[in-house]
Amino acid sequence: MKPRHKRMLLIGGGVAALALSATLVLSAFQKNLVFFFSPSQIVNNEAPQNRTFRIGGLVEAGSVRREADGLTTSFVVTDTANRIPVSYKGALPDLFKEGKGVVSQGKLGADGVFVASEVLAKHDENYMPPEAAHALEQAQKAQKTVVQK
Amino acid sequence: MIPELGSFSLALALALALVQGILPIAGAARNDARLMGVARPAAHGQFVFVMIAFACQIYGFVANDFSILNVATNSNSALPLQYRVAASWGSHEGSLLLWALMLNGWTVAVTVFSRHLPEEVAARVVGVMGLIGVGFLAFMLITSNPFDRLLPAVADGRDLNPLLQDPGMVFHPPMLYMGYVGFSVAFAFSIAALLGGQLDAAWARWSRPWTTVAWVSLTLGICLGSYWAYYELGWGGWWFWDPVENASFMPWLIGTALMHSLAVTEKRGTFKSWTVLLAIFAFSFSLLGTFLVRSGVLTSVHAFATDPRRGVFILGLLVLVIGGSLLLFAWRAPKVGLGGSFGLVSRESALLTNNALLSVAAASVMLGTLYPLFLDALNLGKISVGPPYFDAVFVPLMTPVVFLMAIAPFSRWKGDSLPALARRLRWAFGVALVSALLLPLTTGKWTPMVALGLFLALWVFVTSAQHLFQRLRGKADEGTVLSRLRAIPGGWWGMWLAHVGIGVTVIGITLVKGYEQNLDVKMATGDTAHLAGYTFEFKGVTERKGPNFVAASALIDVTRDGKPVATMKPEKRMYTVQQMPMTEGAIDPGFTRDLYVSMGEPLPGTEAWIVRIFYKPFVGWIWWGAIFMGVGGLIAAADRRYRRLAERAAARRPAVDAAAVPAVAR
Repeated sequence: MKPRHKRMLLIGGGVAALALSATLVLSAFQKNLVFFFSPSQIVNNEAPQNRTFRIGGLVEAGSVRREADGLTTSFVVTDTANRIPVSYKGALPDLFKEGKGVVSQGKLGADGVFVASEVLAKHDENYMPPEAAHALEQAQKAQKTVVQK
Repeated sequence: MIPELGSFSLALALALALVQGILPIAGAARNDARLMGVARPAAHGQFVFVMIAFACQIYGFVANDFSILNVATNSNSALPLQYRVAASWGSHEGSLLLWALMLNGWTVAVTVFSRHLPEEVAARVVGVMGLIGVGFLAFMLITSNPFDRLLPAVADGRDLNPLLQDPGMVFHPPMLYMGYVGFSVAFAFSIAALLGGQLDAAWARWSRPWTTVAWVSLTLGICLGSYWAYYELGWGGWWFWDPVENASFMPWLIGTALMHSLAVTEKRGTFKSWTVLLAIFAFSFSLLGTFLVRSGVLTSVHAFATDPRRGVFILGLLVLVIGGSLLLFAWRAPKVGLGGSFGLVSRESALLTNNALLSVAAASVMLGTLYPLFLDALNLGKISVGPPYFDAVFVPLMTPVVFLMAIAPFSRWKGDSLPALARRLRWAFGVALVSALLLPLTTGKWTPMVALGLFLALWVFVTSAQHLFQRLRGKADEGTVLSRLRAIPGGWWGMWLAHVGIGVTVIGITLVKGYEQNLDVKMATGDTAHLAGYTFEFKGVTERKGPNFVAASALIDVTRDGKPVATMKPEKRMYTVQQMPMTEGAIDPGFTRDLYVSMGEPLPGTEAWIVRIFYKPFVGWIWWGAIFMGVGGLIAAADRRYRRLAERAAARRPAVDAAAVPAVAR
């Protein structure tokens, strides 16, 4: 093999390896993106079935109920326009409270109940999770447009 | 009075930083010894004034001066003293001041240990660090002054976030910042080399110990942060791929690549441009990390974008540093040159492959961290990228890295033959492979991930043992084993220990991911729960008053086969000032496993609590591995030959200076 061929081979190999790793990274990225939907978007059937996504809003006052086993909790997430029932099995984070912001990750069941695998509430009493704040904002905008019509 | 003194000191420090940033570099360009001589006194002066400002800030926190905005928002008179001190770097403003202090500390260290350097190199390095100081001090004075007053003053402060009231807060941020800022030295050396157009083995030898010490600080800082999250957050996780963690992990990956690239530049005089580029990126990622964590951009992109002064200043500074240095690189790199050539199978190419893989890893972390922010900033929707993405990317990227890491020390510089290399390592490979396939069977649960992780770790251990053995056997006629042991240089031991540390960490990650167990259970007094052969008995809850919280403290007895193992006291605390609940887990650490118990919430209307119990096999090895890496790095940085070279260079100084003059004048 001439040195020139060797160099070509090296460059080719390098480019192929780079392309391979880029493909790997991007496809993993594509597969594991978790999208965010507000309760209104879910009601409008914009959220996917059978795929993990995040939902955010306020925990509706008076909606938190514990099942008999003491571990499963059900509550309603609302953006003030629409409501989605959520069920979660496990210990809730310290700052989970009725009337406060919450973000949870999981899948939407066929019965319309969101089965959460994770409930996130950040560690700051005044802090609203950005996603939850966003959902409320969108719902308010939507309501205003309805009124104006 | 004291805060004004602090503010004034910062302004003076900025003035000195300007002098330190401009005159020495101009002096180096014009070969004016008087201007270059300004570098050291200016750096020392800047350090003194930043130190005064820092002391004023600590004083404000210790003396509970709630007329200072920063103190009023982050401290409270009931806060214990050590946390009042730590609270001073808990906020955006305070952490910038800590950053500036660290930068000055590193600069002073450079001025002290650079006496053997050619004068114009030292002047340029100190000058570049002065310019970085200008950026940070100006940012602080213009947009985030830690001494801003709150008038009228409030009676008491808003308290430090309870999550941060922990010894971790006292040690983790300074350690991490020391690492972040430490890369500024490698960066300054690189910029100095680009400005001077001279980059040789001697240059690499000067910057190596600095880079290694910065890397050690970052490694230990990340390790501390991970352990802190593990015991503090109450659900036993040790790495969350959270943007805050990623911000420190990106410079670590690039810094690791930089350390190895510098080794090649020193030993073989090659990889020159690549080393400079890595140094630029390591520091750029450090800057990016500081701002990501500290600017509030993660909490809300839009709030960040709507505060025009801070946002614009930060972006401007990032663009200036990264863009400016890359521009300089594009312009001057041809002058620095690439260095010598090497064969396809050689130690150089193994190191280059690992460098490339580490860079790809850093880029993939950056994609996962910044892409959601960009989408959000452009109003294109909200997404999150969680652990599954990072796990999916890191396993295939890190597998070849760890595999090659074990081979590289056995391969020869310049060129080696693949069959010979394979022959040298076939036994190690066989032993690692067979034990990795068989060992998981003893636990009764065999998964491919556990086998892969064990193989990589064992491969590192076995090859490391073989390498040490080879070194000790040596050639038969050269002294005793003991003399050969003593002849091994610090640099080699450092590498060896750090690589073994990687193996230890891999063991920890593999086994905790493969075999951890947890249980969420409802428990009242007298109830028992069983997990992984241990019995947990709930003995009841008592109330306890802390300095600024009240706690419900549970007592849980752990037994195994009837023998007592531990008594654990997890707590649920309510911090009174911020009315914020906090979970304080209890851990029984062990060599092969940790037991971890934390309290969920009390069940209304009953005496029962939700209790989370975790069994975490080998989790401690994750941090022990990092400590091995840190100690290895320190041993390598303390290698005698750096000092010997310094002495030799000092003895030769006049000749070097004379030779350097024409190079500068050119």
